[in-house]
Amino acid sequence: MEKNKVIQVEGLTKNFGDFTAVNAITFDVKKGEIFGFLGANGAGKTTAMKMLIGISNPSSGKANVAGFDVQTEAEEIKKNIGYMSQKFALYDDLTVKENITFFGGIYGLSRKKIKEKSTLLIEELGLEKVANSLVGSLPLGWKQKISFSVSLIHDPKIVFLDEPTGGVDPITRRQFWELIYKAAHQGTTVFVTTHYMDEAEYCDRVSIMVNGKIEALDTPKKLKEQFNAEDMNDVFLKLARG
Amino acid sequence: MKRFIGFIKKEFYHIFRDRRSLFILFGMPIAQILLFGFAITNEINNVDIAILDHSKDATTKEIINKISASKYFSINQFIEKEKDIEIVFKKGKVKAVLNFEKDFSKNLIKENNANIQVITDATDPNTANTISNYVNAILQNYLKEQNKGVVQAYKIIPQTHMVYNPELKSVYMFVPGVMTIILMLVSAMMTSISITKEKELGTMEILLVSPLKPFQVIIGKVFPYIFLSIINAIIIIVLSIFIFKMPVQGSLILLGLESILFIITALALGILISTISATQQTAMMISLMGLMLPVILLSGFIFPITSMPLPLQVISNIIPAKWFIIIIKGIMLKGVGLEFIWKETLILLGMTVFFIGLSVKKYKIRLE
Repeated sequence: MEKNKVIQVEGLTKNFGDFTAVNAITFDVKKGEIFGFLGANGAGKTTAMKMLIGISNPSSGKANVAGFDVQTEAEEIKKNIGYMSQKFALYDDLTVKENITFFGGIYGLSRKKIKEKSTLLIEELGLEKVANSLVGSLPLGWKQKISFSVSLIHDPKIVFLDEPTGGVDPITRRQFWELIYKAAHQGTTVFVTTHYMDEAEYCDRVSIMVNGKIEALDTPKKLKEQFNAEDMNDVFLKLARG
Repeated sequence: MKRFIGFIKKEFYHIFRDRRSLFILFGMPIAQILLFGFAITNEINNVDIAILDHSKDATTKEIINKISASKYFSINQFIEKEKDIEIVFKKGKVKAVLNFEKDFSKNLIKENNANIQVITDATDPNTANTISNYVNAILQNYLKEQNKGVVQAYKIIPQTHMVYNPELKSVYMFVPGVMTIILMLVSAMMTSISITKEKELGTMEILLVSPLKPFQVIIGKVFPYIFLSIINAIIIIVLSIFIFKMPVQGSLILLGLESILFIITALALGILISTISATQQTAMMISLMGLMLPVILLSGFIFPITSMPLPLQVISNIIPAKWFIIIIKGIMLKGVGLEFIWKETLILLGMTVFFIGLSVKKYKIRLE
């Protein structure tokens, strides 16, 4: 593996029966990069991501994540990545603190470390007042931020975000992206799927998936030049129309 | 280990913060055992009867006194005419009428034969049957007392003994059944719901992406319910001993161990259900329809298995509850040890291993 590439994918394929959800995709992601993984619904984004985080077996092809092979070393990968799903999965009937403690616990953090982390996290997000409230009583935007911070609790090398901004307002989305920048700035690689094209502009590089294949991969600027488009939305439409 | 404790703690938060599940866990067992114990009963007590006495002599009076002295019957009224019989039945309160023939005493002495008609209201066949049996028993008893010392030629007197439950208390039958239902419900339904809940919320995905192994997740989810089910079993046994005077003839330790085995069987079933259902509602429906009904209908809890048609008898063999009921009845009522119930125990054990094996196979370690 090249030194500064934290994800290397070569010919990764997933078949469900006759249907090819992911068709021989090849790409790499550099350390500290914000990598946007774009595509329409059903293009195969989530399936590809599930293979990278070790909960779905590839049909063929190779992938190396954080220095480990997805086929043979999935358990090692799990220790080195964070994951946030589109459902912002936290436990509604647990308080903010209890959620943090629980997720810190399953990543094997020491009690002292968990305490440190949760104080820091609550301070950073300005959650002092609601630290002991049930998560279920908080607005969606807050849940989303907490969920993101929780996915970073064990200082993973890479964090995978699966449509992290679904259903929240533009202001909260903006704030959320500030959190992402901060994490990237601290050296965490961010792998994010989205179908908001304005968000694609925030990424260092983006790949666009159409029907299971990666049809374009470059910086937003170069993609716009290449497709002679005004914005990413335009790029996406041109690609999707074929 | 530390991860495991954290996981269990979280599980208890879920349980104790959800009033509904708390009620199912602890309210229902107590309510059910009290309901079954007090309200639903096959015994008869103070049944209202009417007397139509055509002879009104010493013998009939004695018999009537005997009947009214028993705790099973209370005499509601005396009627005078045959056609009143139907009237009292139609009013509904009286469940049986005793009709003594004319010259009852005289016939008995002269011809050694006197007739009494027992008419019962068979709109409820079980009660009617029980009433006529009880009346018969009281009459036999009376005759025996009268004939003391008299040697009769050629007479067969059956000496019936009801062993293990001489008073035919229905509580003895319901307690094992209710215990089985509750352990099945709490263990299988609650675990399957709590596992599918994580699937529905998406937290299962997060747990599977974490370094926790899938079997650790499942054990973490199931463990609290083992603990709560054991507490439930203890509550039921204590209630039945102290409130319903249910005996425990055999070893309490054996009873406890067998209960734990059955709890694990039910938990394995719960895990299996959670692997095939995507939502909490599906899990609940499958648990209720697929587990509760067979437990109630086919386990021999209410309807005796030997009087079922053959296909149902065969099916009843695959119901874990059937074997558990045999086991606890054996221990509680007959006081048997493992030497008499090892076969049933082995069957339960086999089923448990089978269910666990099947759910491990079904459980998709890597979510598709």
